[in-house]
Amino acid sequence: MKFIELKNVNKTYSTGVTALADLSVEIEKGEFVFVIGHTASGKSTFIKMLYREEKPTKGSVIVGGVNVAKLRNGKIYKLRRKIGVVFQDFKLLPKLTVYENVAFALECLGLKASEIRPKVLKAIEIVGLKEKVRSFPHQLSGGEQQRVCIARAIVNEPKLLICDEPTGNLDPETSKEIMSVIENINKDLKTTVIMATHDKEIVNRMKKRVLLIEHGILTGDYMKGRYKSHESV
Amino acid sequence: MKAFRIIGRSFRDAFKSVFRNFSLSMASILCATITLMVVSVSFLIAANVKDATKSLESELSIVVYLEQDASESDANFLQSTIKKLNNVEKVEYKSKDEWKQEMSQYNESFGTIFEKYETNPLLDSFTVTVKDANSLNTVAEKIRDMDKVESANYGEDAVSTILSVFDVVEKVTVIVVIALIFVTAFLITNTIKLTIYSRRNEIEIMRLVGGSNAAIKLPFVIEGFVIGLLGSLIPIIVTIYGYIIAYGKLNGHLITDLIPLLSPYNLVFYVSLIIAGLGAVIGMLGSLLAVRKYLKI
Ligand SMILES: Nc1ncnc2c1ncn2[C@@H]1O[C@H](COP(=O)(O)OP(=O)(O)OP(=O)(O)O)[C@@H](O)[C@H]1O
Ligand SMILES: [Mg+2]
Repeated sequence: MKFIELKNVNKTYSTGVTALADLSVEIEKGEFVFVIGHTASGKSTFIKMLYREEKPTKGSVIVGGVNVAKLRNGKIYKLRRKIGVVFQDFKLLPKLTVYENVAFALECLGLKASEIRPKVLKAIEIVGLKEKVRSFPHQLSGGEQQRVCIARAIVNEPKLLICDEPTGNLDPETSKEIMSVIENINKDLKTTVIMATHDKEIVNRMKKRVLLIEHGILTGDYMKGRYKSHESV
Repeated sequence: MKAFRIIGRSFRDAFKSVFRNFSLSMASILCATITLMVVSVSFLIAANVKDATKSLESELSIVVYLEQDASESDANFLQSTIKKLNNVEKVEYKSKDEWKQEMSQYNESFGTIFEKYETNPLLDSFTVTVKDANSLNTVAEKIRDMDKVESANYGEDAVSTILSVFDVVEKVTVIVVIALIFVTAFLITNTIKLTIYSRRNEIEIMRLVGGSNAAIKLPFVIEGFVIGLLGSLIPIIVTIYGYIIAYGKLNGHLITDLIPLLSPYNLVFYVSLIIAGLGAVIGMLGSLLAVRKYLKI
């Protein structure tokens, strides 16, 4: 069985908007996949299916052998512990330091302080923020804040890292740095990465697998490096 | 171990939150304090009333005198009829001859007076004990309506008045206490709602990184628990010192010797336990309501 398997997924919101229509796709362990498409095409909805923020109206969403579509509310947390999520808005806690923000993720799970410390320091080192462990979010640049979020997402060593426009608020130079952090996580930790983005330049440059969604329909699935931006978006 | 760390963390968060939203927490704590104060006083009253009622009720009886010409078979018949009335505990018969003997023994001058009569001038009597003070009047009236009954009276009017006052006091306090408990739970629900609102980012992240539902809810439930316990502090102190001092000042009885007060030592201890327990339960109840309503998980 594939690591991630979506079969005939439909999503119609309560407002009547159909955000995804009959979408099927398979993703292997360790892959790096971009999800692209115009605004309102359904990228975020696709992402939300994976960490069970939204339930599909029809079809199945299998992540790591579990049909997420059938997961009871009380069990969602088990799925989330295996997944790291990064957003465009950073969602850091303003009153906590970099260290505390990352440690927070493990404290929620009830880990011992002595277990938490090495994991947090390692995650912060991976994203290259060793010098700023004691800083507060407002003392950091946007790129640095996003690094903290990535550190928080990977601190529990998830098999899957999901990013919804992680570079959406960052300038091109900083975006590049963030992308290299994510790429290294994919390479070194063998973490599967799925990332929704608008940024054509990044997609063109990195030559990864690309899923193109248009009006909720998967219209293109380009293997590594086959995608050329002029084709659609 | 994991569970203990999560509980420990929740207590830390709960205390932090109580002090962060101090004015609102204070309102809840104060409301809990007032409620529990009233609960404490009513418990103390109820315990004493219950005890006093028992000893007072045992003194309640109706004395029935039969007419002069009532025969022995009349007496037997009346005794069994009265016994069948509702709420009658027991009926004791004393014939006029028994009365005469008793009185003569009690004082010799009675003996000489009785000798002046050809027949016994006294009356046969029943002493009727009732199960419930409130039924005294109805039972007495029914007996008066019977044949061959001269009179049926019960003495201690004061006692029955005290008992009916006790009854009203008890009912009113129960209603007031229930109403106050609801108000307190509602206020605590609102306090917790604000905490949930002020921590919505934290909650979102906890859910994102896989905090279990229990781990997410626990800090709020514990916050309610802490508020309830803090609210019980003053009532407990007042209960202990207040009752001991009042007991001493009143020499162990209320108004008359008819109403003795219960000795403070065990009573104060149990009432304090009840107050603390009730505070904690109301607090957790209030926060559970808030969690269910505003924490959609
Ligand atoms: N919670 C919701 N309730 C109702 N409709 C929604 C909800 N979330 C998204 N939609 C609708 O579903 C469609 C797809 O939205 P989605 O957020 O998936 O798009 P997107 O591709 O991520 O867009 P963008 O690039 O702007 O982030 C849109 O028409 C949107 O209005
Ligand atoms: Mg989006």
